[in-house]
Amino acid sequence: MRLPEARGELSAAVIEGLRSGQAVRTMGLPKFTGADPLADEDLQLALAVCYELHYSGFDDVDDRWEWDPGLLALRADIERLFERALRKLTGPQPAVGAAEIPAALSALTAERGGPSLARYIQTHATIEQFREFVVHRSLYQLKEADPHTFAIPRLTGRAKAALIEIQIDEYGNGQLPRMHAELFRTTMGCLGLNTEYGAYLDRLPAVTLAATNMLSMFALHRRLRGALTGQLAAFEMSSSLPNSRYGNGLRRLGGDSRATRFYDEHVEADAVHEQIAAYDMCGSLVAEHPELAADVLFGAAAAEALGGRVSAHLLDSWARGSSSLRPVTRPADRVPETRSLAGAAA
Amino acid sequence: MTQEPTHVRPAATVTPYENGPLLLRGDFEIVTPDGERIEAGRSTVALCRCGRSRIKPFCDGTHKLIDFRAPAGRQIAHPDAIDTDQQAAD
Repeated sequence: MRLPEARGELSAAVIEGLRSGQAVRTMGLPKFTGADPLADEDLQLALAVCYELHYSGFDDVDDRWEWDPGLLALRADIERLFERALRKLTGPQPAVGAAEIPAALSALTAERGGPSLARYIQTHATIEQFREFVVHRSLYQLKEADPHTFAIPRLTGRAKAALIEIQIDEYGNGQLPRMHAELFRTTMGCLGLNTEYGAYLDRLPAVTLAATNMLSMFALHRRLRGALTGQLAAFEMSSSLPNSRYGNGLRRLGGDSRATRFYDEHVEADAVHEQIAAYDMCGSLVAEHPELAADVLFGAAAAEALGGRVSAHLLDSWARGSSSLRPVTRPADRVPETRSLAGAAA
Repeated sequence: MTQEPTHVRPAATVTPYENGPLLLRGDFEIVTPDGERIEAGRSTVALCRCGRSRIKPFCDGTHKLIDFRAPAGRQIAHPDAIDTDQQAAD
């Protein structure tokens, strides 16, 4: 993928460093002391760029940047602010016993009253809004399951077996057409969207980047493996019912079974995964490592909180009659605006 | 957190998950009474146990909306219960 456009001093320093090949100049982060790191465009983009070096990298950027000590030091400074903000947002979590973990996860992820993005998409969203929703999800869904694969060597015993049971399904049992990321690519194609990984990075606001960055932070730090498993459980536990609504929304807008397969598949798959994730993975992890209980719940609470922020952002933007995406800076970033499903074909 | 059975595992296992579906693992086939195959599409499937799924025989998570209750182990019949109402089993 190509390097994004900078959104401030910090992301400019990172992006320019990668582009020029010169060392990223060390800098403090004084200007972020008062601001909300979870909503800061400059900080979240800088962090997203640091993390992408661990996945697909960037066009014309030396792969060795992934382990550049200067850049890692800067990333660590950003992560300290980010993690502190996440823990402050979610509050302290109780160190419950292994047997209480599934119920505690259920309580954190239970459907609440109030505005629901999934309900809105099912009954009201326009095709343009559905496309925006898909664009927001694309940075994660086109690499669906990849962050959690980092946890495999960090878990043992039953928790590890459970994670692998989930991941095998996420990766379509090793068959490319069934891989969940590929199903998402097909949905994007049906909507006339650019299916290239990271194509819409410049359009994604901080609130969306924060949710993906959280996942990468949990994935890349062994210390946070409990939070990563909690995040995965929360994600799976709040997936089946919303995906059924997203699929119905896309059907209402004219999507055929090929377009909706990603959502239909997730209704069925995540009903399986949520049980495995809550009981066999998180429950077993806490049985083996009671000290990780609070972090498992922290991961789940943080996932719910950031997911809720993204949903609120989409609904608020649409209620104002505006786009939930950042303005187009390059013509290639444009999301098709046609009313027909496959915008590009129209 | 199910314990590893001490005996040799059979070809397929069915595991009830608390307040949730039955997970079916191993070498299995789901067929209609006429013997027609119901494609599972994955190696571990969740079978509806609450009766309210819209994709039966598979689970779609609806049990969470109806506060379905069932233990992970064998349910002991309530001595006073004569119907099969869910509340009576609580």
